Amino acid sequence: MSAKKGIPTGWEVVIGLETHTQLSTASKIFSGSSIAFGAEPNTQASAIDLALPGTLPVLNKAAVECAIKFGLAVNGGDDRHIAPRSVFARKNYFYPDLPKGYQISQFELPVVTGGSVTINVDGVEKVIRLTRAHLEEDAGKSVHGYVAEGYVEDGYAEEPAHGQSGIDLNRAGVPLLEIVSEPDMRSAEEAVAYAKALHGIVTWIGICDGNMQEGSFRCDANVSVRKFGDEKLGTRAEIKNVNSFRFLEKAINYEIRRQIELIEDGGKVVQETRLYDAERDETRSMRSKEDAMDYRYFPDPDLLPVEISRDWVEEVCAAMPELPETAAARLVAEDGITIVEARLITQSQAFVRYYENLREYSGSAKRSARWMLGEISAFLNREQLEIDDPEVPSESVVGTIIASEAAQEISKTVAREQFQALCDKTEADIQALTKIIEKHELRQAWIRYIESKGLKQVSNAGAIEKMIDDVIAANPKSVEEYKAGKEKALNALFGQVMKASNKTANPAQVTEILKRKLAS
Amino acid sequence: MELHPDDLKRIARLARIAVSDAELAPLQSQLNGIFGLIDELQAVDTKGLEPLAHPLDVVQHLPQRLRDDKITELDQREANMANAPASENGLFLVPKVLE
Repeated sequence: MSAKKGIPTGWEVVIGLETHTQLSTASKIFSGSSIAFGAEPNTQASAIDLALPGTLPVLNKAAVECAIKFGLAVNGGDDRHIAPRSVFARKNYFYPDLPKGYQISQFELPVVTGGSVTINVDGVEKVIRLTRAHLEEDAGKSVHGYVAEGYVEDGYAEEPAHGQSGIDLNRAGVPLLEIVSEPDMRSAEEAVAYAKALHGIVTWIGICDGNMQEGSFRCDANVSVRKFGDEKLGTRAEIKNVNSFRFLEKAINYEIRRQIELIEDGGKVVQETRLYDAERDETRSMRSKEDAMDYRYFPDPDLLPVEISRDWVEEVCAAMPELPETAAARLVAEDGITIVEARLITQSQAFVRYYENLREYSGSAKRSARWMLGEISAFLNREQLEIDDPEVPSESVVGTIIASEAAQEISKTVAREQFQALCDKTEADIQALTKIIEKHELRQAWIRYIESKGLKQVSNAGAIEKMIDDVIAANPKSVEEYKAGKEKALNALFGQVMKASNKTANPAQVTEILKRKLAS
Repeated sequence: MELHPDDLKRIARLARIAVSDAELAPLQSQLNGIFGLIDELQAVDTKGLEPLAHPLDVVQHLPQRLRDDKITELDQREANMANAPASENGLFLVPKVLE
């Protein structure tokens, strides 16, 4: 067994994830209310969402279609994992943001059964099995501490019964696909890798916008620990309220430490729900699951079994985009880039689109891949941008810079600097150039530009020799040191030549000529 | 199967129904009576039959109808709020819930 980060020797950690993905439909799962984010409270809550008497749910076709897409995506297009007949059930519990007193979910016959997601941690691939994915409705929101508590001044502050909570039912009935994994993960790192891979899939196939801040992608983690070699699983705790990958990792690691310390001190882990508090970086007991676990599921008499014909599945399958795994394999085969590069490029459809355009404009797949993962990714991280953000320089201009670098017209350094100027919008010239390039005659306009700016790489041996002669004459000390065997002195001379050439001299040629001259 | 007073208390708690100690005994015998009926049903041989997800299936085979993904419900907040015992700033007010 290899040691895993953050886990004491002798212990094994078992993690399964339940992920709620909000489906990208226009209307709710059982009513015609909008699900747009950020609306005024209760303006998107109809009689059905409020559970008024006499209303009946009618299932949204698009929500079922999202589930079919997901089932196909995690099973390599195999339709056997999509139930021809699935049933909605009532999950009973009481909470003010759940007006019906039950949540319509699926229990015995979910839409999707099985499937898998491949993760990669430190270069090691691992397959995480999925148990199921089922459709359900979201609950509303309780707003605590929002409503003024008028009794505080009268000395009743200790009496919470006098305070009130506000209920917003805009979210009640928003369609969710709950994706349940098998307990296949063995570290917080693996759990995060799985969550990221899953996030990549649902956003790629367009069933979820993936916005974690707005709660479109929420992970609950079931964490337990056991002595290494034990067959029996330890008692698990469920961590809720994790709204970023970073917090997911921290919350799980905290929970692992807590459980191991508890057991080592002679205590016992109790099955419960724990809430992650990001500010204190700890998990807190929310409620014992003993009672809450009994949801008394039964088939919802308001809804008939849902039938999904093979024709429908086939139709959905035909309209599916190429999946990330397939796209990555294709890029490796077509472009000769590495699988690691291909995986990173296939992180989103927009990323692939940018890469494919860049490849066309630059004429070099390998260089484009390197730029995507180097300069361009660094820029995106620094500025916190997405690749399809309008702030990102267009593929045509960046591709032209890469083509120019490939043709050795400009050096790597100049290429980087010009890309930077493009991103920072610092140089008025390059901004003007962008306009020309985007219109027409890319290469010609670019070459005129680099020539006029004195950026063109000098590969003319005569010109380089002249510069080197000047540098040698001006730096007798470095020359002496080099001749005395101090290799490093060559770097200083090289730097001087590059500086003299305004970084335009062809570096390979400079080194070669410099060495030749110094040897004589 | 037979229900004991503890089961009864637990079911009542899950259903948020307040049952006094005086009510427990009669309720227990009533519910156990229902269990008797269920036992009778369970004695029927159902081997080879698929569980019935919906009673309508017995009468007529009908799959769930699906609706197109269109926004058909417009804002009815004012009308809905008119029914609420308490509301403020567009929110329904309920006794404070803590968790």
